[in-house]
Amino acid sequence: MLYRENGQFKTTYVSDAQIFPIRQDRWFIAVALLVAFVAVPMLGSDYLLRALLVPFLILALAALGLNVLVGYCGQISLGTGAFMAVGAYAAFNIMVRLPGIPLLVALVLAGLMAAEAGMVFGLPSLRIRGLYLAVATLAAQFFSDWMFAHVPWLTNDSSSGSVTAPRLQLFGFGIDNPVRKYLFCLAILCVLALVVKNLVCGRKGREWMATRDMDVAAGVIGISPMRAKLSAFAVSSFITGIAGALWAFVHLGSWEPAAFNIDVSLKLLFMIIIGGLGSVMGSLFGAAFIVLLPIFLNRLPGLLGVQASTSLVSHLEFMTFGVLIVVFLIAEPHGMARLWSTAKNKLRLWPFPH
Amino acid sequence: MGFLIETAIAGLMSGVLYALIALGFVLIYKASGVFNFAQGAMVLFAALAMARLQEHMPWPLAFLLAFAIMVVLAWLVERLVLRHLVNQEGVTLLMATLGVAYFLEGLGQMVWGDDIYPIDLGLPKQPTLVLDKLIPGGILVSNEDLIAAGSAAALVALLTLFFQKSGVGRALRAVADDHQAAQSIGIPLSRMWVIVWSIAGLVALVTGMIWGSKLGVQFSLSLIALKGLPVVILGGLTSVPGAIVGGLIVGLGEKLAEVYLGPMLGGGIESWFAYLLALTVLLIRPQGLFGERIIDRV
Repeated sequence: MLYRENGQFKTTYVSDAQIFPIRQDRWFIAVALLVAFVAVPMLGSDYLLRALLVPFLILALAALGLNVLVGYCGQISLGTGAFMAVGAYAAFNIMVRLPGIPLLVALVLAGLMAAEAGMVFGLPSLRIRGLYLAVATLAAQFFSDWMFAHVPWLTNDSSSGSVTAPRLQLFGFGIDNPVRKYLFCLAILCVLALVVKNLVCGRKGREWMATRDMDVAAGVIGISPMRAKLSAFAVSSFITGIAGALWAFVHLGSWEPAAFNIDVSLKLLFMIIIGGLGSVMGSLFGAAFIVLLPIFLNRLPGLLGVQASTSLVSHLEFMTFGVLIVVFLIAEPHGMARLWSTAKNKLRLWPFPH
Repeated sequence: MGFLIETAIAGLMSGVLYALIALGFVLIYKASGVFNFAQGAMVLFAALAMARLQEHMPWPLAFLLAFAIMVVLAWLVERLVLRHLVNQEGVTLLMATLGVAYFLEGLGQMVWGDDIYPIDLGLPKQPTLVLDKLIPGGILVSNEDLIAAGSAAALVALLTLFFQKSGVGRALRAVADDHQAAQSIGIPLSRMWVIVWSIAGLVALVTGMIWGSKLGVQFSLSLIALKGLPVVILGGLTSVPGAIVGGLIVGLGEKLAEVYLGPMLGGGIESWFAYLLALTVLLIRPQGLFGERIIDRV
């Protein structure tokens, strides 16, 4: 009843090809954007914005980037943290070495650097696939961990190895309070999500999906696997690179290479698997889940009125995290995005039985 | 010359340990198609169990008890996780084992404690001097390492014998070859999985024991699994000899690179050298050195 496409006829090619073909979806997106851009900054407390929403937005962006690679193109990557690190350090070096460069330009340049790194480490994907590739991408992870810790030029010769972000400014406004940080990240996420949504609906996206489903068959019908795979690596690393720069600049402020270690890569992979492979919405769901879960688990003993030592809490957190992941994979291996589409299907008839 | 050989021997010794970790991966992958990321957590868990039990009893008894614990664990993993994920994609299974890894790391440290614990097997610590007539200065070889390498080799030999000669081993090889065919002639898949996870648990226990007796048992032990990964893909995911040869190559290459290339590049290249080595090999042979040839049909 609520979600019914009856009476919405597609009479032109343009309306057939649009990315949100159903009117209710367009309304939902419009309302969601309105809430996110207007209501949340007005009503949300500083803590909510700073500790929950900003990390959520940035991780959602990184998950979106990874989803392009894993969900749409089927190339498993365990080295996302490396591309985030490349983005972060590239943005840092650009801003430190070219004073006065606009923030957005620096971000895009950093994204391009990350895309380049992604293409280099994506080269093995032309020869190897599946789990072999997953392990091979770990090379990117460990190499970047080592490089940013051992090459002093990259950290501007900082003696401790940690670097601090310069002051951020956009069109004369300093991005310094939680509301502005939130809006900045939200805007970037929205723009890039729209780009990805358009890409995957178009020719490139179909190439990726054909490669994912069976790359030999895709090659036979005239899709160049090399171009499909490398472009997926490039787009994916571009987005994760920007996410890395935002994570470093906006969320952390000052950071060291360990901020982008293998834990980050694994967490991002969790996000897209729990959220849903091959779904833009799924990246957002997954990021929300992974950001909220540790906070919830941390608070749980307090809520139940149990006294627990910090080490016990952290062990329990590990265990609950592990159990939840397994339970989730068993209950819904296609992720939350599948739940979402099931719910939408149910809403076509609800509340009437037929 | 003496120094080169000493470095090479030290490399081969750590290579034996990498080979053991890789063996754990390969066994499980062959039998159930699961890329078991939890192998490192299993090493940690088994070693912690062994170290803590050993405080109360002689070490062979602690070893048996720890092995029993690993068998129970294997049964639980099959019962609670794998059984429900039959026919899922490789990535999903990989993620599930990551979940198991998180759980084991938490559980292990909660039950057994999160300090550094020693494992004392009563091995001789002092090194012996060999070949002092041939090479000036001679070569120092640690007895402990020799015994460790020997017991690892014995374990591998035992496993090979088990796989080749026993009925269960034959059934396991059948399962590894073709799940459906094995099932259709009446091999119980779920029991085979429990057995193979138990064997992987035993391998994890031996790895943890050897590593722990050298450096003590602590959380970082679960990270050595990351050292095993390049070995696995270098040797081929489906090959037991590949895991062993790959382990030796990685161990040797890593030590030599650290000593001879490390100073040029600023040190610490051990962390990624193995991956680079594996990648280079994979570019030439995508299925690893000994892996089964991957044939695609459209």
